[in-house]
Amino acid sequence: MAVNDMTKLTLGPVAYHWSAETRRDFYARIADECPVDDVYLGEVICSKRAPFHEPDLPATIERLERAGKRVILSTLAEVMLKRERKATEDLAAMDAPEIEINNAAGLFARGRQPHRIGPFMNAYNEATIGWMAAQGATHVCLPSEMPASAIAVAARAARDLGLGVEVQVFGRISLAVSARCYHARAHGRTKDNCQFVCEEDSDGMPLRTRDDQPILRVNGIQTQSESYMDLLPETPRLVADGVSHLRLMPQAVDMVTVAQIFRDALDRRVSLPEADAHLAALTGDAGLSNGFYHGEAGYRRIAIVTSA
Amino acid sequence: MSLAELICPAGTPAALRTAVDAGADAVYCGFQDATNARNFPGLNFTPDELAASVAYAHERGTKVLLALNTYPPAGKVDLWYQAADIGARTGVDAFIVADMGVADYIARVHPQVRLHLSVQAAASSPEAIRYYCENFGVKRVVLPRILTIPEIRQIRTEIPCEIETFIFGNHGLMVEGRCSLTNFLTGQSTNMDGVCSPASDVEYVRDADGSMSSQLAGFTIDRFGPEEKAGYPTICKGRYTAPHRPEGYYAFEEPVSLNLSRLLPELIDAGVHAFKIEGRQRSKSYVRGVVRAFRAAVDDIRAGRQANMADLVALTEGQKQTQGAFETKKWR
Repeated sequence: MAVNDMTKLTLGPVAYHWSAETRRDFYARIADECPVDDVYLGEVICSKRAPFHEPDLPATIERLERAGKRVILSTLAEVMLKRERKATEDLAAMDAPEIEINNAAGLFARGRQPHRIGPFMNAYNEATIGWMAAQGATHVCLPSEMPASAIAVAARAARDLGLGVEVQVFGRISLAVSARCYHARAHGRTKDNCQFVCEEDSDGMPLRTRDDQPILRVNGIQTQSESYMDLLPETPRLVADGVSHLRLMPQAVDMVTVAQIFRDALDRRVSLPEADAHLAALTGDAGLSNGFYHGEAGYRRIAIVTSA
Repeated sequence: MSLAELICPAGTPAALRTAVDAGADAVYCGFQDATNARNFPGLNFTPDELAASVAYAHERGTKVLLALNTYPPAGKVDLWYQAADIGARTGVDAFIVADMGVADYIARVHPQVRLHLSVQAAASSPEAIRYYCENFGVKRVVLPRILTIPEIRQIRTEIPCEIETFIFGNHGLMVEGRCSLTNFLTGQSTNMDGVCSPASDVEYVRDADGSMSSQLAGFTIDRFGPEEKAGYPTICKGRYTAPHRPEGYYAFEEPVSLNLSRLLPELIDAGVHAFKIEGRQRSKSYVRGVVRAFRAAVDDIRAGRQANMADLVALTEGQKQTQGAFETKKWR
């Protein structure tokens, strides 16, 4: 269907502390094999990690762009320290590639130059999106906890203003950020002497309840959902409601195949139930959820009836 | 030296009068709906109650600040606009806001009313704060509880507005306005509905061995031995297990409350204009005790006298308390 063909798949910024080598291999595969249109790069969670992988950025950008991907650099979600303020200011001063802003400090530095609004900016409604568009926003990623009814109204408002509209459809959900590092805390350290212990958990550190139910994941200062968000069955409605970009968050699974599953479903090469079964098999124990979209608890998996 | 205003919680009209009588410089409150971040059953004000409360406060020289500090989901923005219109008509002294759309509306439609930036906006750098000051005319920022006193002192020199800090009460761990933990487990959102670990989803379950599980929406947030006092299941104050912590530990923070009374003189010296006491969900007697004690302490400090901090410390006696990030960045 023509409408679906227009829908773009994006790859969000890596939330975890993957080593420089892991990232190089990952993005090489993304460039060569992965059917995503836009790729977000840059450290969003912890400013201490940036020096490890930033030196590779120019080569990664070049490689991805050569493969026909649009590259966007994402700014930090939490900006407090001098180095975080400086990093945000430096990104905001760039002419190319595009940037996605995740903190009001970035909006301040960017002024009215064009920019994308990231998922940490709390663009929950048409009034805020209208304000942001007037300040130079060209694209907005909606908060992951928004229900379908609100997404539809926000997407229409954004489209009417000529903005791209993005919703996360795959991967662990960012549920909270903090000034404190919970990875360091789990190992009896503080943020300043963390020794980058978060590198041990390429898909986040699992937290279980005391009666042994999996519940949350810790990623440095970030708390994530245990389950992966999966809005694959909901993609027809998202597209019909005006969402133009669907975001896949990088997890420690085969992301090339994840993207291919979504692309095939969007292009109607594979039926939704078949595609979703494939995704469930690929992601194994992680568990899939879509509760937020249906206005329910986020961890829930709501079955929807798909029309053939 | 700053004026060191005392900003006190009012969950009900009776609590508001109590706070006014106990010496609050300003009280903050909200309507009985999703427009504020303490949308709890049995709390908050009808428009008529707000009008009567503003009259009561203004007769006694106390200001009233209206919290409109949640994020309207698309399609429901009018509820927030109407709340702002009622507040302006009622003569509140300031709105406490977080959402840019709501801030923009008030700046355009009610420019005569002061705007305060809620902690829910999570503005933790001079640049972020200046964004709200320059675009919406924000006159005061409520700082996130994550900064040390030297950091606050530094920020003070880089922003054009007043600073308000939390000084006493519940100690949130997550960046305010960026937390969906409650929605993840219960289906009710802190940002959109003003709900945090709601009582309606809480259950205490006695286990076979005599221990007690405190649960939220069926998830065990903590488990207490027969001798322990079972705590409220706030997600970020629970105990969990992790691969390196099989015994169960407070993954985020212990259930402590913030008490900065000992740091009061330093905070005043750092240029903090206003001190916020958390607790709109608290009883009248709690409000009376806390407000009176802080009133006396602030008056003593402003008069150059030694403040009696013992009373303030005693307020949380028997409870664990913390100075959080304010004292040392090792907290992070």
